[in-house]
Amino acid sequence: MERMTTTATTKYEVVVGLEVHVQIKTQSKMFCGCSSAYFDAEPNSHVCPVCMGMPGMLPVINRRAVEATVLTGLALGCTIPPRSKFDRKNYPYPDLMKGYQISQYDQPLCLGGGLQVEADLGARFIRLERIHLEEDTARLLHREEAHGEGYSLLDVNRSGVPLMEIVSQPDIRSAAEAGVYLRMLRQTLRYIEVSDADMEKGSFRCDANVSLRPVGQEEYGTKVEVKNMNSFRAVQRAIETEIDRQTAILHAGGRIEQETRGYIDATGETASQRSKEQAHDYRYFPEPDLPPIAIAAEHVEALRATLPELPDARRARLEAQYSLAFADAHLLTETRTEAEAFEEAAVLVNVGITDAAAQQARTRAVAHWVIGDVARLRRAEGGGERDWSEIALTPSHIAELVTLTESGTITGTTAKEVLDIVFATGQSPVAIVAERGLGQVRDDAEIDRVASEVIAANPKAVSDYQGGKPSAIQFLVGQVMRQLRGRADANTAAEALRRHLDG
Amino acid sequence: MPLTAEEVRHIARLARLGVTDAEVARLREQLSTILEHFEVLNAIDTEGVPPTTQSFDLANIERDDVSRPSATHADVLANAPRTEGSYIRVRRVLE
Ligand SMILES: [Zn+2]
Repeated sequence: MERMTTTATTKYEVVVGLEVHVQIKTQSKMFCGCSSAYFDAEPNSHVCPVCMGMPGMLPVINRRAVEATVLTGLALGCTIPPRSKFDRKNYPYPDLMKGYQISQYDQPLCLGGGLQVEADLGARFIRLERIHLEEDTARLLHREEAHGEGYSLLDVNRSGVPLMEIVSQPDIRSAAEAGVYLRMLRQTLRYIEVSDADMEKGSFRCDANVSLRPVGQEEYGTKVEVKNMNSFRAVQRAIETEIDRQTAILHAGGRIEQETRGYIDATGETASQRSKEQAHDYRYFPEPDLPPIAIAAEHVEALRATLPELPDARRARLEAQYSLAFADAHLLTETRTEAEAFEEAAVLVNVGITDAAAQQARTRAVAHWVIGDVARLRRAEGGGERDWSEIALTPSHIAELVTLTESGTITGTTAKEVLDIVFATGQSPVAIVAERGLGQVRDDAEIDRVASEVIAANPKAVSDYQGGKPSAIQFLVGQVMRQLRGRADANTAAEALRRHLDG
Repeated sequence: MPLTAEEVRHIARLARLGVTDAEVARLREQLSTILEHFEVLNAIDTEGVPPTTQSFDLANIERDDVSRPSATHADVLANAPRTEGSYIRVRRVLE
């Protein structure tokens, strides 16, 4: 191909491929029986001769880790080859206890597949190259002596924790698309319960390969690997920064150097990580201590049968089954526990209801509570989002709340107040309403009495209303509601006021 | 053809071994002899023969995902040249 001359007018296409490392949720490590729950554990307390890399120790494959990787592959539409094996990836680094990492080179557990994403460039399919299984490394902490000399501290607990690497094809075309891809990937991993996929805790880590090429050119440009991003926001920002940096170099007539760059969160910039000039020479070779893995088609199908309904399928079903809007169904299926809570409440709230319109109204009310006030309360306090399993509120509480509102026992305003109390105490809505006397005031004489009090106390609003400003009644309705602590129906209150004023 | 001195130094660096110039000269000869032995194998026609990665006809040797107690802290740190608290202390690592 002819060399392209680049000028400031050349338009570039963004090419991004992502490598995502995901810790698999297991009891024990990949090749030994040490507990893999290293997070928050005392340093070097989950270590044995195998994961410490002592000479002569033999690894044994954790079956669950293999199955979790295959399940992930199936959820992402991968092919599972009948045979797979492990290889040694050699490199000297103090976080690698054996001087090599047991990984997979040319026969990974999963091939192909992909994710359908929708971001700033519309609906697009991002292909996967492969998913392979390996072991995590130990953790290094960098320290400095008082006189300024640096040293490192080593915690071997993480060494040997099962890790799968999900490698995309260079199909991503924008930073926003990378963000959507990562969120969907995390959502899927959580749905199938193979990982916590928590970026902040390090169980979901992403490196990005970023390059640019003139629009219309087939051949890829020189790629730069960007590392050290520890949030979704950071990944998007790092990719944007890298696109800008490369664009500026190319527009100035420069050349992109193939290198690894680290993202610096404080500034949003990337900086070259000048490791030794020598290119990585991993000298992969088959792991002699581990026999290969043969996965029969029946085993693959048995695993496939255990897959839960995946986010997209569930969203589509909720839309159809409960006549929900796309956006609502999308929010309801964000996590599996959220979708399950919604469906459980939707069933409970309609027990004994036969009218289709009434059913639909109740189901929609449940949906609005779940994605509205309940979601707000789950997010409140400390910023983190609490899962349904971590809160006192249950789906049956939601159903009760909707039933109380739909039957007119409480007003919408009261319902919100009750929800707060349920959230704080775990008490049932019915009990709260009874105990605190929050039932709707349906005594017309009572509402009528409050209406006349309000009229007497607000001559200005009354004269506005009578002087031809009908909207002034809203203020008066608000006053009545306030006196009754929101326990009256607003229309009833307005009627009572009009009876006095128009009379 | 013997390995170059640079190739020998590269291999030594990958293995984290320090070598003197005299050793490089000797290793060039020795490593080259070893490689020549393997050249003999290269003469065999292996067309259509799948690569052998295992000498036993085994597959799927796996264990259940059950955790068991790890080594004691004292044992884990026993061979560390230097420790700090519960950590192993090593020379500064540059990335
Ligand atoms: Zn271990």
